[in-house]
Amino acid sequence: MTEIIQKVKNLSIGFKSKKGEEILILRNISTNIKKGETVGIVGESGSGKSTLALAMMGYVKHGLYTIGGECEFNSSNLLKMKNRDLEKIRGRKIAMIPQNAGQALTPNLKIGYQIDEALKLHSDLKEEEREQKISELLNKVRLPSPETIALRYPHELSGGQQQRVAVAMALAGTPDLLLLDEPTTGLDVTTQAHVLELLNFIAKDTGTSMVYVSHDLGAIAQVSDRIIVMYSGEIVLEGPSRDILKKPIHPYTYGLLKSIPKLSLAGLPQSMPGSQPQPGTMQRGCSFFDRCDFSEEKCKSNSPQLEYLEELNTSVRCFNHKSLMNDSQVNQTVNKIKTSLQDKEILNISEVSISYAKQNLLDQVLNRISDDNPTVKDININIKKGETIALVGESGSGKSTILKSIAGLLRTKGGVIKFDQKRNLPSDLKERDPNDLRIIQLIFQNPDESLNPNHTVEEIIAQPLKLYFGLKGEELKKNIKELLQKVRLGEFYMSRYPRQLSGGEKQRVAVARAFAAKPDIILCDEVTSALDVSVQAAVLNLLQQLKEDFGTTYIFVSHDLAVVRAISDRVAVLYQGRLCEVGPSKDVYQFPSHPYTEVLLGAVLEPDPDIKPKLVAEDIVEEKPPQKGCSFQGRCSRILGDICKNEIPPWQITNSGNSIRCHIPLKELQKDQIN
Amino acid sequence: MKLDNIYQEEKKSNFTKVSEIIITMASRPSGFIGLSILIFHVILAFISPYIAPYDFKAINPTLMLQAPSAEYWFGTDDLGRDVFTRTILGGRTALTITFFGSLIALLWGGLLGIFCGLVGGKTDDIVMRIVDAFLSIPWILAMLLIVSLLGTSTEVLIPALGFFYGKGIVRVARAATHDVIAKDFIVSARARGHSNFSIIWYEIIPNVRDAILVEGAMRWSWMLLGFSSLSFLGFGVSPPTPDWGLMISNARGLMSFAYWSVIAPIVGLSSLIIGINLTADAFAKALGIDRSTKAPV
Ligand SMILES: Nc1ncnc2c1ncn2[C@@H]1O[C@H](COP(=O)(O)OP(=O)(O)OP(=O)(O)O)[C@@H](O)[C@H]1O
Ligand code: SF4
Ligand code: SF4
Ligand SMILES: [Mg+2]
Repeated sequence: MTEIIQKVKNLSIGFKSKKGEEILILRNISTNIKKGETVGIVGESGSGKSTLALAMMGYVKHGLYTIGGECEFNSSNLLKMKNRDLEKIRGRKIAMIPQNAGQALTPNLKIGYQIDEALKLHSDLKEEEREQKISELLNKVRLPSPETIALRYPHELSGGQQQRVAVAMALAGTPDLLLLDEPTTGLDVTTQAHVLELLNFIAKDTGTSMVYVSHDLGAIAQVSDRIIVMYSGEIVLEGPSRDILKKPIHPYTYGLLKSIPKLSLAGLPQSMPGSQPQPGTMQRGCSFFDRCDFSEEKCKSNSPQLEYLEELNTSVRCFNHKSLMNDSQVNQTVNKIKTSLQDKEILNISEVSISYAKQNLLDQVLNRISDDNPTVKDININIKKGETIALVGESGSGKSTILKSIAGLLRTKGGVIKFDQKRNLPSDLKERDPNDLRIIQLIFQNPDESLNPNHTVEEIIAQPLKLYFGLKGEELKKNIKELLQKVRLGEFYMSRYPRQLSGGEKQRVAVARAFAAKPDIILCDEVTSALDVSVQAAVLNLLQQLKEDFGTTYIFVSHDLAVVRAISDRVAVLYQGRLCEVGPSKDVYQFPSHPYTEVLLGAVLEPDPDIKPKLVAEDIVEEKPPQKGCSFQGRCSRILGDICKNEIPPWQITNSGNSIRCHIPLKELQKDQIN
Repeated sequence: MKLDNIYQEEKKSNFTKVSEIIITMASRPSGFIGLSILIFHVILAFISPYIAPYDFKAINPTLMLQAPSAEYWFGTDDLGRDVFTRTILGGRTALTITFFGSLIALLWGGLLGIFCGLVGGKTDDIVMRIVDAFLSIPWILAMLLIVSLLGTSTEVLIPALGFFYGKGIVRVARAATHDVIAKDFIVSARARGHSNFSIIWYEIIPNVRDAILVEGAMRWSWMLLGFSSLSFLGFGVSPPTPDWGLMISNARGLMSFAYWSVIAPIVGLSSLIIGINLTADAFAKALGIDRSTKAPV
């Protein structure tokens, strides 16, 4: 009954390889977007989801071309339309919010001006009407006091506010269809939840159809009525959101949902082996064959067709979907983590504070840092040998800063970092001896940046081996091979360059390089956040395995609370460079919690339509930690008054050994958190 | 989405890498033309002493300003010397001096740039101020000063040109280093405790090399123009050495009635500059670098 506003028919898009072969990025895609509907397109990087979304507004990226099929909007094919006609549709009828749209606002123009430009371009409003419309739009995206916001520059807004402005600009032309490419990726957990909630509201309020493109099933679950799952350029599953998340009848989706860590489950999720085939390397048969747990002989040589199942209103591309239909309550099993915790403390961080403040001349001469309100302050953590301790908090909470100081990359302003209960590690890298440097190794967030693009895998792993152990020749080669084996990569990877590896493989090489130094402590800075979910679980499992083998201690920084839950023994929650709560994982994830931990836990997006995020506090961002009192006072919904503003809250310790730093007594804290 | 992942390549020897780059350069029409011109000039510079039909310094007043003929292909100049002989020999000095000049420019400019990019902070500020101050001096005045103080021998010209044309390379090398330095693999090397030398040599240079080489190639054509201007003004090589700049300068008064004595060296000089330019352009494209420096012609 509902009207279809966008009809994609047998769409194939591809490019010509250097050898002249036609390589398909999208293979025969057909789907309809109905009026007022929100559709989520999920898939890992390289599955073609962005290409599909762009095609829906008649845009094919440079270098690609349409091989066949059409995208019909208002009964005309966008892909055949002239640019002049497309311009009338784009922005007015179909609007798009590209990835990182908030950050892409023009930095030197005021917000109001930028929205006005969008209105001039995409609407026929007159000048007086536009002014009115600007505040209306800013109101609609729930920005506080639109009049003042309109006069600000983008850098004067927080990430979430910038994203809201991008949404307001997209709504300027009152589009019928809104395409959103990774609308919340890169935003903080708390901000994500707020932005999605706003988009949900707008969809209901205006009746705009929305198409979300994301790799994040958690985000998609919160907003979409219908989900399209893409795998290597094809639709493999399409149906009502709830069914797909609760009863995925395609093995890929099934595996994907199982590999996502959940807040409610401690322990590592099962990983999905392998990776998506690159375009152009597709064999005959089902493209998921290599990774499928349900495959049969016939899947190898026959490609399954997309089959529409009337009773479920679902389309699926799999010969075996029936066997999944009966038991596909994604009953997740997790590998319980074994703790190899020893009683010996390996790293004592006491009273550490770190400042980014510019030193003035006098300070430079006296070689001191004077800043009475440093970025990070009063950090006290004692880490046991073999433990995995996680630092969590929003962006800017000082997690990476603390890691850098432990590694010696950033001088501390004060405090002591003691190794093995005997040696104080000098705060300056230059003063540390080679062994001090060897015992602490780092793994970074983005393996694209942490591996030198001009070195082969062999050269990358050889570096620490040569530096610390002086290995050469055959011995060196042997060690490299062993390390590759440890991270489950074959010998033939030695001669590859990073650009020839997938994201997960690159991260494995980075892990091998860290372990090459035989370190006692490994600092992991967001090591899985640049990876696809299906790969993330594999890397987490690998890290856990290696830790059990070598007895390594991990300090694990992440903004993803579910991942932290899966891997860590203990969690430290940071806000504005100050500790709020430190305790064993299972207690931190239970109430009573510090009010900030409660906010973080509430905002987690789970791939389950029944678990909605709870939005406790505003998603405002503070520039600087407060001078005195509790660090969280600016956003705390339970603030007591002057005591919170003036006095640093005391540490309160629960029976299970969880420390919470708040003025509210534990009993009372818990009372309001139960429900 | 990384499309080039499809083309799995194995580690290549330096020789294959260089030949691949040359093939890519030559596969573009402009690159092919540029390379051909450059190679033609280089070969000519090597063999010209052996193929030159006449003695380049033989003065013969009876043959003054002859028009081109079967005997004297490009005619003769005001002293009766064969213009063809002088033209094919005229690029030798210019090519040699500017080639070595460019190498010197690459070396000091590249290293200083990388150093500045690496240390950053105050040192970087001060060094860049000095470099900027030098950049603002009209180079030709400074060159004239140097040449008049130290003479016009090759030993003076090569380092002097190398010095002046290295300034631009400092900027490029510094910017490229800045981009690399922020990457985590450098942080990682620092955290492991590698020495500054090893970080520069092993981590930075492979990543900035291409940008610096391209800039060096560009500087070469600028330098050629500069060197010829010096000769033109009489401050380059000294007569009777055949040199395009000098030849143009000598014959420019005769333009109206003995055009041949001017045309030949002009064609020689401009074709070489264009050749180097096109080659540098193709080189940049083959390496996948967007060149922002403008060509001198
Ligand atoms: N080089 C720097 N100079 C000045 N301030 C900095 C610098 N690096 C970080 N900061 C500030 O220090 C604070 C903590 O930053 P840090 O990078 O440690 O946060 P984080 O918790 O790791 O955040 P994210 O999740 O975004 O990585 C932030 O307010 C940040 O703006
Ligand atoms: S068709 Fe076969 S290989 Fe493909 S997903 Fe289904 S069971 Fe697995
Ligand atoms: S001390 Fe006060 S402001 Fe801080 S978290 Fe507790 S109640 Fe909130
Ligand atoms: Mg960080």
